[in-house]
Amino acid sequence: MDTEMDQIYQIDVGNLLAFNPNHRFSSAPSSREEVVKECVTEGTKLVQAIADTLFNFPSTESVDGPLVQLPPPTTKLPREKHLPRPKPPTKWEEFALKKGIQKRKKDKIVYDETTDKFKRRHGYDRVNDDNDIPIIEAKASDEPGVDPFAKRLDDKKKRVDKQQKNRLQNLKSAAKAGALPSHVQLAASALPITGTKAQPKKLGKEALGDVAGLAATSTASGGKFDKKLPGEKPPKKQGKHHKYLPILPHYGKVDEEKEQTNKVLSKLLSKHSHEILNVGKAIDMYNDKKEKKKSGRSDKLKPKKDITKKKPYANKAK
Amino acid sequence: MEIRTPKTHKAKRVLEKRAPKLVENGKKTLILHGTKTSATLSAVLMELYRLKKGGAIKYSRRNENIRPFESGGETSLEFFSQKTDCSIFAYGSHTKKRPDNLVLGRMYDHHVYDLIEVGIENFKSLLSFSYDKKIAPHEGSKPFICFTGEGFENVPELKQLKEVLTDLFRGEVVENLNLTGLDRAYICTAISPTKVFLTHCAIKLKKSGTIVPRIELVEVGPSMDLVIRRNRLPNDGLRKEAMKSSKDKPKKKLKNVDQDDVLGKRGRIFIPEQEIGKKPLPDKSKGVKRERREGKLKKNKEEGSASKKQKESE
Repeated sequence: MDTEMDQIYQIDVGNLLAFNPNHRFSSAPSSREEVVKECVTEGTKLVQAIADTLFNFPSTESVDGPLVQLPPPTTKLPREKHLPRPKPPTKWEEFALKKGIQKRKKDKIVYDETTDKFKRRHGYDRVNDDNDIPIIEAKASDEPGVDPFAKRLDDKKKRVDKQQKNRLQNLKSAAKAGALPSHVQLAASALPITGTKAQPKKLGKEALGDVAGLAATSTASGGKFDKKLPGEKPPKKQGKHHKYLPILPHYGKVDEEKEQTNKVLSKLLSKHSHEILNVGKAIDMYNDKKEKKKSGRSDKLKPKKDITKKKPYANKAK
Repeated sequence: MEIRTPKTHKAKRVLEKRAPKLVENGKKTLILHGTKTSATLSAVLMELYRLKKGGAIKYSRRNENIRPFESGGETSLEFFSQKTDCSIFAYGSHTKKRPDNLVLGRMYDHHVYDLIEVGIENFKSLLSFSYDKKIAPHEGSKPFICFTGEGFENVPELKQLKEVLTDLFRGEVVENLNLTGLDRAYICTAISPTKVFLTHCAIKLKKSGTIVPRIELVEVGPSMDLVIRRNRLPNDGLRKEAMKSSKDKPKKKLKNVDQDDVLGKRGRIFIPEQEIGKKPLPDKSKGVKRERREGKLKKNKEEGSASKKQKESE
């Protein structure tokens, strides 16, 4: 394998590269074709040298042909990107290291004692689902009037928000060290104070529809006779929206007007009438009215006479 | 501050492919041109693209604000490099002062690492070569690269050119190579301290007495003379950083084995589904009385164990 030729040539089998540093062209500048021919023959020798080593490698047979395992390349070439930088440990990782907490792998299926079955940990019909708790026992520390179910949901929401905040902090410190994971990008969502272009607020579907409706009806005839564009929906009910109840009660049907007034009455006379009617204020208003009545109807019905003001042309008419 | 993650698996895979890794992907080439190109130069760029199909991106519009050797003229190149994830570029331009100019450059972390400017002379397009179509090299095959001439060792510009050409033509670094797929070679000869003759040949394997076939090269592809013009070497610090490589290979995850202090090393075996419904039942013929049945079963068992004993003795 190692012939005299190999010692002259520098061969890198991993890159299929060969270099002959010792060739010198004959000083007589021959024609171009001769030069080309010489180059190709030299090249052939080099390729032959590489092939010598290559074909002598142990080869495994495969469908396409004999496969040979190439050694790693020896010529050093620059990388295209930097080496991946080590990620700084997250807050939890630091804490776990300090306390000596080991990571434990959690099973996907867990035994549920309440139903004596094996249930999955996450997903449909899971163990310890928050929505399934029928009874929460009251503790001495519970305040009266606080809904414990709503409190549980609230607590969970707070925990989730806290976790999001911590995650953001961890990613920020990783980004500072240049080790942000490849699939994550941190973007500034709030506008910076120092003058940059304000991003126009994107209109939603409904807002756009409202504006389009306004534009359509702002014609002389209220947009009734305009040609509709393809795909334009007919306008939603225009004008005042008032529901009139039937004047005469239908036989066999519920008297809607009666129902309406009954509803109002029941609301007033119900147990929580104190929440709807402010008794104190009502009393004050009633008393005010009474006093005004006593003092005479000196309110806004009659124009006020200001004695101090002089009428400009009162005496001139004479 | 907002955390943005990709919403589809495809996007995630693209981002992971472009992330910096221990073992990198093959370098992609970006081919573009400046304000003016000549016929030869556009042919050169086109053929370079064809040679590197699969690992190259060619831009067809002209770019007026790219001036690789000027301090501000690289921003566009760096932007394109980031967008297309290409770390080698070939920029062609044609001016009166520098006719048929080709700038080959490399990027490190999407910033210009080094540049070398060559002029193209005596260009022969691959269409002008006539050869037997059977030996035409396939697209994307790994090439042989050969350098001849003492210039490549002594002259610093030629040394850099050698490195750049190796990087350009190398393609992906592979561990297993199919010997039947070797069909092309690039021959670079230093015919003078400033001129390099580059040609692309197809390989013909001829029978020889030994396992190693006799190689014959037939010129197929473009051939041109490269005249060295300007160049820019990388700074020492940048060069050191770019040449750094981690010595250890990425550890392969060993699956289904776990280590415990109490139980020691344990492995998991997955057994395929036992098709109980499809298995033939033992012959428990009920038509016969109990003693006879049991007798039959015993006989079958003995026969079975006897055959096993025979096998063991063998």
